[in-house]
Parts: sequence; structure tokens; C-alpha cells
Amino acid sequence: MRKLLQATAAIALMATAAGADTIKVGVVGPFSGSAALQGRNFQAGIEAWFALNGKTVGDHEIEIIYRDLPAADPAQSAALTQELVVGEGVQYLAGYYYTPDAMAAAPILEEANVPMVVFNAATSAIVNASPYVVRTSFTTWQTSTPMAAVARERGINKIITVVSDYGPGTDSETAFIKAFTDQGGEIVQSIRMPMSTTDFSPIMQRIKDSGAEAVFAFLPAGPQTLGFMQSYVENGLKESGVALLAPGDLTQESDLGALGPNAEGMLTTFHYAVSHDSPENKAFVEAATGWLGNANELSFPAVGAFDGMHVIAHMIEATGGEQDAAAAVESVKGLEWVSPRGPVSINPENRHITQNIYLREVAKEGESWINKEIQTFENQGDPGWVAP
Amino acid sequence: MQTILSIGADALAYGMVLFVISIGLSVTMGLMKVVNLAHGAFAMIGGYVASYVTQQMGLHFAVGTVAAVLFCVVLAFPMERLLFRRIYGAPELIQVLMTIGITFIIIGIANWLMGPTLKTIALPDSLRGPVDIGFRTIAAHKIFAAAVGGAVALGLWYLIERTSFGIKLRASVDDTAMAGALGIRTKIVYSVSFAIAIGLAALGGVVGAQLLPIEPYYALHYMVTFLVVVSVGGAGSIPGALVACLLLGAVKTTGSYLWPEFGNFFFYLAVIAIVSVFPNGLMGRAK
Repeated sequence: MRKLLQATAAIALMATAAGADTIKVGVVGPFSGSAALQGRNFQAGIEAWFALNGKTVGDHEIEIIYRDLPAADPAQSAALTQELVVGEGVQYLAGYYYTPDAMAAAPILEEANVPMVVFNAATSAIVNASPYVVRTSFTTWQTSTPMAAVARERGINKIITVVSDYGPGTDSETAFIKAFTDQGGEIVQSIRMPMSTTDFSPIMQRIKDSGAEAVFAFLPAGPQTLGFMQSYVENGLKESGVALLAPGDLTQESDLGALGPNAEGMLTTFHYAVSHDSPENKAFVEAATGWLGNANELSFPAVGAFDGMHVIAHMIEATGGEQDAAAAVESVKGLEWVSPRGPVSINPENRHITQNIYLREVAKEGESWINKEIQTFENQGDPGWVAP
Repeated sequence: MQTILSIGADALAYGMVLFVISIGLSVTMGLMKVVNLAHGAFAMIGGYVASYVTQQMGLHFAVGTVAAVLFCVVLAFPMERLLFRRIYGAPELIQVLMTIGITFIIIGIANWLMGPTLKTIALPDSLRGPVDIGFRTIAAHKIFAAAVGGAVALGLWYLIERTSFGIKLRASVDDTAMAGALGIRTKIVYSVSFAIAIGLAALGGVVGAQLLPIEPYYALHYMVTFLVVVSVGGAGSIPGALVACLLLGAVKTTGSYLWPEFGNFFFYLAVIAIVSVFPNGLMGRAK
């Protein structure tokens, strides 16, 4: 038995010694398929970080190994994650665009002795799935909650909620309703739309008939938002003064060009706007768009990936390149830094990022449309997180 | 009452958009007996061309529409000659495999050339914004789409039922050998019909782009919807496709007003009900 232990220890030592100069980071995300743009933003965030900080931490070189997961597919996510750990011997796992993918990969972490840095997946419960999960994106609860205060400040009493019928949609609905009714508002109706909806006119008719003063909406970033916003304008809701309030997923920068004047003046709450005015963001945007080649493709997953790389680099430094997931995760608890989105920190309790949430207005700047930040809700945690 | 009228107007508009895009597929499947799953891909190409012409080149919507249809028609001839002609009369499985393969290739190329973001088509001022039709406001482009749908239905019916080309097409489809023996150049007839079907797909892609936005996965997202229209209406029947579109449009719009959380449940329930009662579609010819 002792011999066996010694042998394993020796092999383990050799493995770490051999791997000391290159540290592999496995990144799982949608690099093809209908969400390929979000995957490209993961890459843009990582490449921007390399461009600004170099590919080495101390004398350890970081090597990224990408695995493509085009759609939410838990079984495939678990398989890819396992293959990265066993086949490629990665020391860190990162990426994960969809919640089910992150959930499916989480049980592997402890046994593999590998921390996971979630670049996007936004359901509060993910951090409870394993003590080795750290998240640098946002949660839908975090971005939706401040909108209730915004609505109340503007004297809105009656609201109808309209969300896409899937996890983040219902999260957003629950978060907003809780915050809004806590502050004395009234929810007149709640509608859940199927993900496949393309014709939103009947929904707009419902909104009109409900007598609400404003709509709180959540749809996933992408093609659907275009039809939704267009219907909102064409059915005369915008004209009749029914305000449209939403988290920033609806007005992600890569869709704004297409949404154009239909979204003008729309209020959203979110953690990151490409237009954020700070030297850190300027450097980030320049590096990320330099890699993307097209300034209009930059969107929020890139900043999640950029800060994720910051966290991973800190972990590598703290553990001296050794594979020690527990120490690595411990080292970033309470870590504070200035991200392109503003000052952020990792909450030691749930390993989720604490950050500013901004109220933004869609506005035209020169020839292009931007999310213009007009109000800041400082140091927002995740109100949706419940201790396990 | 006002709500009912409103839903009726939405249903009509949605149905007509569906009709313009699907009717070309009804022609290829019903008359040419080709299960062309790449039909949506051609509608998407049309949308991309119109988007490029109106947004990048800044030309008028009408120019964009004509360019989209012409581009697809011109593209259709070599594709018909080199690819589709090989699968006329082949078993359905082979047709499905080949056309879905073409779809994936077109998606890949679209993603590579135009990028994964959604593209819009610039509308002229006359089609932009809401129009007051008495009891409500409705988008001008929806009225336009409904009008185009009506025009396409009439034009196509006239072409197939009343012109000598229509007679030749129907003859070639019913008995290619006999039609050939009577001096009809069936290959040309097939090429032209295929091109017309593709041109209609492109027109549908452009006119319907406000409801079904153009992005690389357009070709796959709406494939089922187009196939459903053809099977409910009866392959090859223009009035059938029209009735199917209006009926399904009404069911879908009413369903998503009253019970949005049920999603497409009522849509597919109606499809199942209709297909069980009319196995060949509402106005399909018995096999």
C-alpha cells in the first residue's frame, strides 16, 4: 500500500514538474451554431486579456484548449469536460454559456481537483453545485432587481411582465416581481412566451388590454429581441407611452445596430455596457475589437471571459502553478479588482461576482447606437442566491 | 370586439407572410415531387441579398427585393442542373439527405460571409411605422406582405392553370416520357419551375423578414413550419396552401393571445386534426 502511494506521489510530482511551464485551461462554449457570436465573444475576452497582460503568469505559460458546445446540452457538456480533464489534463475549466451545461460539469470538479470559472451561465444556483465554481458574469436576479427601483422612481404603479418561458426568463420574472411588489408596485399580469415565438403582435395586444403603465420584459439576447421590439413600436405601444423596461440582454451591443430607432430611449439594467467610460474599458474594447475585427460584434460575454482570465491568472499565481483547486478557489475569495465594467470583487460566501449594475438608455452616438449609462447601483450582490 | 378584429388582422398578416414563403415549396414538392428542405435556405439567401443591397449599398427596398429574387433565380439554374436534377424521382430519403446537406452548407457559408448577427432590411418610409386602420394600428409592412401574398396567389394560379407554360408543367409532371414525346422540353420546363419556386422563396424571405428575422439559422428554424403548411394545404395546391396559411395563422395568433404559455400546442393540434381528416392535405390530390 505504501509503495503504491509512493509511486502515485512520484508520478503526480513528475506530472506537475513536467506541466510547470504550461498550464492548460479548458474553455467550453458555443463556438458554432446559432450562439456562435457569444462563443466568439468568449474568445475575444480571452485574447484581449492576453493582449494586455501577456500569456505568462510568473514562468507559467497559459494554454487555452477550446471545446465547442453549440447548444445547451448537459450530457455533451459533461462528456467534453471529462475529456478536457482526463484527456488534455487541464488545470482549470472555464466558459460555459448555458446554465444546464455548467450544472452538468460541476460534479466533476472536486474529484478532478479542478476549479471552474463560469464566464456566462447566469442562474443563481450554479455556485451551489460545487465549492470549486467561481463566476465572473452576472445572474439574471442581479441584473433584473434594480429595475424595480427604477420603475418606482419614475412613478410607475402597474406593470405587466412578459418573459420567455425558460430558466433565465422565469428567474427574471420572479426577481422583478419580488422587488417591485416589495416596493409597493402592482403586477397586473404575467405572461410567459414560448421560446419559439416570432410573431409578437398577440402579446402586444395582451399588454394593451391589460391596462399596465409599463412592461417588464426578458428575452434572450439574439434574433427574437428584434421582432419583439419592432412589434412593440408597430402596435403603437411606444407611442401611447407604455414604457418598456428590461435587463440588458435585450439590447446587447451586437444587436443594437439592427434594433436601431425602435429601441431608442429604452431603459435597461445590466452589468456591462461597451460604452462604459473608463481607461480600463477603453483598453479592453480596443484589444477585444482588434481580435474580433468588427467593433459591432463585441458584447457582454467578452467581459465575463476577460475577468474570468483575471481570476484564473490570480489562481495560478497564488498556487505557484501547482494543481490545487481548493487553494486556488480560496485565494480568489474576496479578490477585488477594477474590471472594464467598473470595480468588482468575488463574494467569499458564494464565489459570485459583486459588481455595479447600471441603468442605461439606448441612445445614438455619432452613427452608432449605444447603451448610455445614466445611473449606477453600486456593489450589487446576487439577490437570488440562497445558501445551500 | 376590437380585440377580435385586432387578432384577425394579425392572423391575416402572419398567414400571408407564411404563404409567400411556403408556396414555392408547395410547387417543388407537389408539382416537381422534390422534397426540398433547402427551401428555407434560399429564402434566407434572398433576405441576405436584400439586406446587403439596402443596408450596405444604401439602395431602395424595391431594388433590394428585385436583386434578391434575381440573385436566387440565377443561382437556381446551375444548382438545378448540377444538384437537384440528379434527385428528380429519387426516393424521398435521398432527396431529404441531399437537400438538408445543401442547407447546412448554405448556413455555413452565410455564417462565414455575413457573420452570425441578425440582419435587417431597410424599409422605405412608406412601409415603416404603424398605419391606423380604424380600430387599431398595424405595421405598414404587414399590409404590404398581405398584398404581396394575394398577388402571388393570383399570379401563380394564373400561370399554372391558364397559360401554356402551366399546361406544359402539369403535363411534364404527370408523365414526363409522354410529355417529352409530344415535343415538350421537359428539362427546361423543370428548370424554369424550379427557378420560379426559388424566386418565390427569396421574395418570401424579403417580405417576411420583419416577422422571421434573417440570421444564419433561419434555414433550419422555420423548416418545420414551411413543411407543415405544405402538408396541411396539400402539396402543389395554391388555394390549399392559402387556406392552410390563413387557418394556421388564425389558430397560432389566437392561441398566443389567449394562452401564450401553451406555445405551439394549438398550432400543432390543428395540424394533427387537419392531417388526420385530410391525409393528403386540405386540397391535395389523392395519390
